[in-house]
Amino acid sequence: MIEIRDLAKSFTLHNQGAAVIPVMAGANLHVRPGECVGLIGASGAGKSTLIRMVWGNYLVASGVIMVGGLDVAQAQPRQIIALRRQVLGYVSQFLRVVPRVPTLDVVAEPLLNLGVPGDAARERAAELLARLNIPQRLWGLSPTTFSGGEQQRVNIARGFAHPYPALLLDEPTASLDAVNREVVLGLIEEAKARGAAILGIFHDEAARDRVCDRVVDVRDFTPKAAA
Amino acid sequence: MGAVDLSIWAKVNADKPLLSVQGLSKNYGNRIGCADVSFDLFPGEVLGIVGESGSGKSTLLSCLAGHLAPDTGRVIFETAQGPRDTVTMAEAERRKMARTDWAFVHQNPRDGLRMGVSAGGNVGERLMAVGARHYGDIRATAVDWLGRVEIAADRIDDRPRAFSGGMQQRLQIARNLVTGPRLVFMDEPTGGLDVSVQARLLDLLRGLVREMGLSAIIVTHDLAVVRLLADRLMVMKGGHVVEQGLTDQVLDDPQHSYTQLLVSSVLQV
Repeated sequence: MIEIRDLAKSFTLHNQGAAVIPVMAGANLHVRPGECVGLIGASGAGKSTLIRMVWGNYLVASGVIMVGGLDVAQAQPRQIIALRRQVLGYVSQFLRVVPRVPTLDVVAEPLLNLGVPGDAARERAAELLARLNIPQRLWGLSPTTFSGGEQQRVNIARGFAHPYPALLLDEPTASLDAVNREVVLGLIEEAKARGAAILGIFHDEAARDRVCDRVVDVRDFTPKAAA
Repeated sequence: MGAVDLSIWAKVNADKPLLSVQGLSKNYGNRIGCADVSFDLFPGEVLGIVGESGSGKSTLLSCLAGHLAPDTGRVIFETAQGPRDTVTMAEAERRKMARTDWAFVHQNPRDGLRMGVSAGGNVGERLMAVGARHYGDIRATAVDWLGRVEIAADRIDDRPRAFSGGMQQRLQIARNLVTGPRLVFMDEPTGGLDVSVQARLLDLLRGLVREMGLSAIIVTHDLAVVRLLADRLMVMKGGHVVEQGLTDQVLDDPQHSYTQLLVSSVLQV
């Protein structure tokens, strides 16, 4: 479902003497439907960089990233837009929303974008928010004023609203209490059970051991010259 | 389970551009307005154009919308009768298209509204321009549209002069969208507004784009606005497009030195 072949990435900093920083080379991995693969490696080793290349907000120097039949490394913007709408979900660490939009609509938005009728989309959003223990009195408010943990749960609800065949998770259980952590792990297990391919970063080792079928150490992808 | 229906790619790839811009240039004497701009815009897509003052973004928008004649280049629009070059089109035909298939939202609502005419009249006038004649229908549609842009029905007979800046901008949007255009040009639509009013307008625009399947081209200097509104982004400097791509890719992994400078110059709040 997700297949990465011989992927390389470097950054060119034009405003700092055009310094070229190679950050990744020879990256290979694959995630099958129903499988969860965890990325490990020290902070700065390139876990988030790899996730962002799959999401398409980081460009690729060379290599192939197949997701659901599309090579993200070569794809046109509108193909990536369609991929994100229908195939690939992403729970990032940051919630980016239009201020003043109610939480319920923030969570329902991915479904509305797919053409799901408003009532059905909001019903699904309500179900997820309730499950993630966001009090109903907050659903009509914008999540921009919420605590870090609440925002993260809103972000998770949004990422799980549509049953994407592929999912990227960046620290989905960070800053959650035990009860909510359990809910999130349950959501991940259900997604696997319905056949989703998941690529994730989990600093929470117990969580990683529970949901990941395999781990991949991104330090193996460090460019040799820089090592 | 988990398999992806690969027909989605066939469908995406079969889409024809709504607007295809090829080699568009406009000079002011020997100063460059915009130079050799080319891009395709697909149905339902929102394209953001960013750049500093004088970068050529407003010149480009004016050329695209037919307000300014480019020196060279083509602007091919997919009309109901097939693709047509709007640059070489007869003026009358282009004007008709500007009232029906296209809409233009100005930064200053005063440039897009008739300030001496009531709110309902501003919306109804556009309907009459495309042939609506039944007063009751026109008024009902106007009330419906005022509601969609969150203007209370009891303000229908007030003139825009009595409205706040945010309300005027929403009225301008209603006036423009009432005829069901397929392409909307917007020049700094949130420009002169308070941030709280901006947020409401952004949400409104996103909803309308989604519900009506609109394509839009939005010129702005506000990177936060394009991140929330635009699917794709084009960065201009000195009349040239220096970088274009998926919005979050251009903002998160900018390739051109000017884009890197632009992104790193934004103040964090």
